[in-house]
Amino acid sequence: MTTINNPETLTVSRLSGRQLMIGILVLLAAVMAGLTIGPVDIAPHRVILELLNGLPGVETDSGLSEIHQGIIEKIRLPRVVLGVLVGATLSLSGAAYQGAFRNPLADPYLLGIAAGAGLGATIAITSNLGDGAGIFDPVPLAAFAGALIGVGASYMAGHIGGRSTASLVLAGVAVASFLTACQTYVLQANSESFREVYGWILGRIATSGWSEPVLMLPYFLITVVVVLRHRRALDVLAVGDEEAAALGINPRRIRAVVVIAASLGAAAAVSVSGLIGFVGIIVPHTVRLAFGNSNRIVLPLSVLFGGAFMVLADLAARTLVEPAELPIGVVTAFLGAPFFVLVLRSSRREVW
Amino acid sequence: MAGIRIENLHVAMGGAKILRGLDLDITSGEWLNIVGPNGAGKTTLLRAILGSLDYEGSITVDGAAEHPSAGLARSIAYVPQVAVIPPGMLVTDYVLLGRTPHRGAFAADSPNDLAVTAEVLERLDLGLFMTREVRSLSGGERQRVVMARALAQQTPILLLDEPTTALDLGHQQDMLELVEELRHERGLTVVATLHDLTLAARFGERLALIDTGRLIQVGLARDVLTVDTIKTHFHANVRIIDDEGGPVVVPA
Repeated sequence: MTTINNPETLTVSRLSGRQLMIGILVLLAAVMAGLTIGPVDIAPHRVILELLNGLPGVETDSGLSEIHQGIIEKIRLPRVVLGVLVGATLSLSGAAYQGAFRNPLADPYLLGIAAGAGLGATIAITSNLGDGAGIFDPVPLAAFAGALIGVGASYMAGHIGGRSTASLVLAGVAVASFLTACQTYVLQANSESFREVYGWILGRIATSGWSEPVLMLPYFLITVVVVLRHRRALDVLAVGDEEAAALGINPRRIRAVVVIAASLGAAAAVSVSGLIGFVGIIVPHTVRLAFGNSNRIVLPLSVLFGGAFMVLADLAARTLVEPAELPIGVVTAFLGAPFFVLVLRSSRREVW
Repeated sequence: MAGIRIENLHVAMGGAKILRGLDLDITSGEWLNIVGPNGAGKTTLLRAILGSLDYEGSITVDGAAEHPSAGLARSIAYVPQVAVIPPGMLVTDYVLLGRTPHRGAFAADSPNDLAVTAEVLERLDLGLFMTREVRSLSGGERQRVVMARALAQQTPILLLDEPTTALDLGHQQDMLELVEELRHERGLTVVATLHDLTLAARFGERLALIDTGRLIQVGLARDVLTVDTIKTHFHANVRIIDDEGGPVVVPA
């Protein structure tokens, strides 16, 4: 009857080297596609040589003209890097929210982040605060502040309501409705800004040099470090607060830390790229269906596949209707939804 | 030593007083069954011992202060009446969760964690199910898996909340006989709530009858389970047949 002779033969769910390699290769392939494809197609090997040349102490000749070098280094590379950072952060935050709330429908916008950022951006756009460059651009700053206010208000309101995660989620719904109502009012009073606000809400991966990726990087790092550190704790939390506490962890503290880190990352992502929907749900669930439900697997792979997904979505956004660009939020849902249904139907695993 | 001393325990939930001044001493190494009518406070008593709800009064768990960071999780393992089974979780991963109090929330599994998990899986004949999803198992198999997680905690005390609910007669017996074997092998202190009085009399050493949040009587099954007490506290008319395995309670 018994088949265990050696504890080393135990199959424990953890990220395997093979899974990690698949994730890294997919991300690299997406990055290469993002760098080579565009109005000007540049051969992949020249792109690689050009990138190597950029490394300190490495001298290679890509044979590219100065214009092509400029396209790669000043236009495509910052944009691809921002896509990786935003996609990775939104996917990881979504996976973290789903684990912390034990709810498959949770996404990083759950607790008033989207509505808060929307209100902040709307106020900044309609009040014509001027165009500061980079980190002084008022729109992302206002969006970031609005997102933090939204999630903070949800947290405080939910805490008053009780201890359960459900009361926190309900508080988030209430806060989001309130902030959205405020945003609608501000927008109605300034209908001339309607297109601009709407354009911001639909999202974009647009860069002016390296300022957006540099702005995003610290939040990305904080979110990755804090959330990944909690990957085992989130697996324990999966049995519910009472049983998790009986196993010696503090569910409320772990949930608070994970949600705050995920919210911070999501707020930063929203502030640089608008409300790109669906990524925080589709990527973690695709990873679950393909590789397993343990957060030890889902969280790190969500980082890699989220980055890859966003770069490819951005590639589609800027090439499908050249020379115009599609809003990336439209692309993530338009291409992401059918893809996800395909994965859903072909997987034999339980969804949640 | 792993006894539990409960003194003047009061628990109120949502304005209702569930436990009202309950006293109970549980001796190290014994198997005590808690019986009582619905709403008597059996599960609440277990949850109070576990520390998962607020109470007044005192509960002293021997040896619990040795690992304060893990709370009571190195002293007490808990098998809830209906365990939460996460979707997609595999049997090995689920049993390994029992090692959490020993490794902390952030550390990796040690070789010892894996060895204990393997030993428990083998002991409970779960070898063939290791890579199955817990949710795909039958009720009896699932209950064994939850028990395995509790054993992986390697605690001296085991709290079982209605461990035989949702099991058929054969599996009820198997489960309780397993508890009895494990208790002897590992010197466990077992506290279980059971609503089936005959099973409660057949397994374990002492019986604690509680009603309306107080201890009514604690002692051997044949002393506690009398026609009169059952009539008073369960409002049931029964006959008691004296069997060699203990008193058998049947409807009159």
